Amino acid sequence: MSLLEINNATLKFGGVVAVNDLSFSVEEGEVYAIVGPNGAGKSTAFNLISRFYEPFAGTFRFDGNNLLDLDADQVADLGIARTFQNIELFDHATVLQNLLVGRHRHRKTTLLEEMFFMPRVRREEERHRAAVEEVIDFLDLQPYRNKMIAGLPYGVRKVVELGRALASEPRLLLLDEPASGLSVEETQDMRWWIDDIRKQMGITVLMVEHDMGLVSGVSDRVLALADGAKLAEGTPAEVQADPAVIEAYLGAGAA
Amino acid sequence: MRIHFKTTYNDDIRLFPDRWTFMVYAALLVLAFALPYLIGEFYLGEVTNVLIWAIAGLGLMLLTGQTGQASLGHAAFLAIGCYANTILIEQGVPFIVAFPLAGIITGLVGVLIAIPVLRLHGIYLAIATIALSVLADDIIVLTEPWSGGVSGKFPEMITIFGLEIERWSMPSRFYYLVLVVTIICTLFYRNLLRSPLGRAFAAVRDSEVSATAMGVHIARTKGKAFGLSCMITGWAGALMGYYAGTFNNETFSLVISITLLMMIVIGGLGTIHGAFFGAVVVAFLPQGLSILKDGVFGSGVAIPGLETGVFGVILILFILFEPMGIYGRWLKIRIWFELFPFARKDMFRRQKSYLKTERLR
Repeated sequence: MSLLEINNATLKFGGVVAVNDLSFSVEEGEVYAIVGPNGAGKSTAFNLISRFYEPFAGTFRFDGNNLLDLDADQVADLGIARTFQNIELFDHATVLQNLLVGRHRHRKTTLLEEMFFMPRVRREEERHRAAVEEVIDFLDLQPYRNKMIAGLPYGVRKVVELGRALASEPRLLLLDEPASGLSVEETQDMRWWIDDIRKQMGITVLMVEHDMGLVSGVSDRVLALADGAKLAEGTPAEVQADPAVIEAYLGAGAA
Repeated sequence: MRIHFKTTYNDDIRLFPDRWTFMVYAALLVLAFALPYLIGEFYLGEVTNVLIWAIAGLGLMLLTGQTGQASLGHAAFLAIGCYANTILIEQGVPFIVAFPLAGIITGLVGVLIAIPVLRLHGIYLAIATIALSVLADDIIVLTEPWSGGVSGKFPEMITIFGLEIERWSMPSRFYYLVLVVTIICTLFYRNLLRSPLGRAFAAVRDSEVSATAMGVHIARTKGKAFGLSCMITGWAGALMGYYAGTFNNETFSLVISITLLMMIVIGGLGTIHGAFFGAVVVAFLPQGLSILKDGVFGSGVAIPGLETGVFGVILILFILFEPMGIYGRWLKIRIWFELFPFARKDMFRRQKSYLKTERLR
């Protein structure tokens, strides 16, 4: 059974069909990329999985759980973490605090314990901190640990957002354009990190990305979308060679 | 400049980052406890007033500064705390039980009100909470058999295990009571900040979308923030009742709500220090102004609206020139001295924040 299974998903905004009868499945341990022109419905598909949007039709199953039974905040409890296309960090908090919010689904203490800061709260905090430090080491964020997000450059924010998702120890990581706005070197770093996330941490990655270099470098399978529907699916090479994909990107007759 | 050599994670978790900070706050605490022996009864009363305002400020700060939800209705919660405490004591509940209970009742009422109100955002939330302030007045008049209505109520003398406490005849005992409540509220506040709930509050304030994606339940978190905020505010209200000696439907008016909100903005949003600095301004400004006015125009002249006008000007100046409030200014001055002579002019200039994803629903 696949880790994530989406069948016949459909979502309309008024007359616009954002996602049209879309089906795909992501296997445990693979890197699965979604590509497509602007407005193809890639981010919408992500927001459907995160339960930010209510689909018109379709089934969404994650590891045997029906995602449609859950609210948006319960999705994280299953072990699905995500990043956002335009970076949604907590700007008036430090990098460390941002990463610690990633640990929210692992908290065990109650309101009363926290008000009195019982010994258990301290032990839990130290445990969360240790987990976050692993992520900081992994992503080389040490120089920024106590910096406010509001003063950090774009590239670092992008990495912090990845770190926050990793801090929640997810089983499935949704990356919405991890390389957008990054320099060539930063994109290269991102590629190695995604590789390591899969190989070392055993986390399944589902990503939306425009940078075909990154996509073909890290992903096992690629799904090409256009106008909310599936255009092609297969290995990066297969998808890049698909006549329908070339037509969607470059226009009719270009091939 | 002090450099912290951190060796354990606990260095970041404990209340005071280093021994020096601990000494400073310990000295402050000793000073606070010695204060009745150092200053006269009038000034002790003023300091008590500052502390009561600071407790109320901490309450609102938790909601507005930490969780990002503006409220112009907190005078209503001051009123609930005050009336709950007084009525409970009239029913024969001892103060030591009635006082905490008054805060808890206020908190529960706050949660009930939060459920519909916190669906609103920003300015709409502020307008909805103004309604609370206005309603509180009417409700107090309507529930006259319990609340005393327009003629008001007088809180009974406090007795804790036989020890009598009264604001006018025993100002130092009342001061100690207020001081202890202040310390407890400050510790609660500080403890929440360093635990998961405090971070969830900040997450809700800065980005509801990604807070949700990280598993934070937005409505529940806001509800908790509102409840805790109202609880602390309720305690402040109960103490305000004792401090005033008498209260009726007009004591906790909309003006008090607005003053509270201004207070935390002037003090510095999102910081514990801000609540205290703001309280000093709010409690001493009227006195300072009247002394100044008497000096300039003579004591016979009354200038209507002077206080409100000056408050407004101060608020506007702070929003324009020091959005981080008095505490922010204090930090800047301190860092200037710590780094001397290496402080630069633009050290606190923040980059504009990047494009935000529009609200998803």
